[in-house]
Amino acid sequence: MSVKIGTRQVGDITVIDVSGRITLGEGSSALRDVLRDLTAKGNKKILLNLSDVSYIDSSGIGELVSGFTSVANQGGTLKLLGLTKRVKDLLQITKLYTVFDVHEDEAHAIRSFA
Amino acid sequence: MVAFLLSRSLIVQQPREQVDTGAKELLDQNYPSTLESVDQAEMEILKAATEAGFDEDEQHRIGMAVRECMVNAVVHGNRYNRNKQVHVGVLKDNDMFTIRITDQGEGFEREEVPDPLHDNNLLRHSGRGLFLMGAFMDDVKIRKVAPSGTEVTLSKKIGPQA
Repeated sequence: MSVKIGTRQVGDITVIDVSGRITLGEGSSALRDVLRDLTAKGNKKILLNLSDVSYIDSSGIGELVSGFTSVANQGGTLKLLGLTKRVKDLLQITKLYTVFDVHEDEAHAIRSFA
Repeated sequence: MVAFLLSRSLIVQQPREQVDTGAKELLDQNYPSTLESVDQAEMEILKAATEAGFDEDEQHRIGMAVRECMVNAVVHGNRYNRNKQVHVGVLKDNDMFTIRITDQGEGFEREEVPDPLHDNNLLRHSGRGLFLMGAFMDDVKIRKVAPSGTEVTLSKKIGPQA
C-alpha cells in the first residue's frame, strides 16, 4: 500500500487524512484526484492532515504545491497539519515551509480558518 | 617445469593483488523503464546502504536521492520506453559509498534546470529532483554518455556526518 486517503467535515472545513507514502504514481495521483474533486465541488477550507505520512518525494511536494495554488486561485485556503520531522525537513530545505500555513494541533488548525 | 609453473602462477596472481583497492561492488543491475523499477532500485540500494553501515536517517536521505534519480532516468530520460533500461551500480570504496545511475535518454544540460529555490520557481509543480539529490548526498556528478544517455553519480561519505 502506498497511500490511503480519507476526508471528513469539521463544520465548513474539509479535513483530508493521508497515510502512507506520497510518491510518483499511485500516491501523488490519489492526492491530486481528491484535491481536484474538493476544489471542483467548491470546498474553500481544506486542512491536509499529513501526520501519518512517512515519505514524500518531489512529485508529492508538487501535488501539495498544486493543491495549495488551485485552492487559493478559487479564493480558498489549504493548510497543513501534523508534519513528521522528515516531511518538515523536506519542506524547509525546499523553502516551502513558510509558504504553507502549518499547524501541529488539529483544534488550533480548525480555529485558524475562522 | 615446477619452477616455470610456480613463476607462471605468481605472474597470474600478481595483477589481481595490485588492483585490489578494497573496493566492493554492492550492486550491478539493469532495470526496465517502469515506476516499479524505482521502488525496486530504492529497496536494493537501501539494503546496500545498510550493509555499508549508514544509520537510519542517512539511509532515508540516500533512498530519497536514489528515488529522485531513478524517476528522472525512467520518466525524463528513457520516457518509459520498454526498449531502454536504467543501469544501477553501487560501489563501496574505503569510506565512500557511490551510486551510479545511467539511462539511455537524450540527456539534458544541468544549467537549463531552473533553480527551484528562486522566488519565481517556488510554486512550480516540478523541478526539485536534482536539487534534492544534491541536498541529500555529499556529491552529485552528471555526464552524458555515448551513444546516448545520462550518467548520474551520487556519492556519500561513510561514517559520522559533518
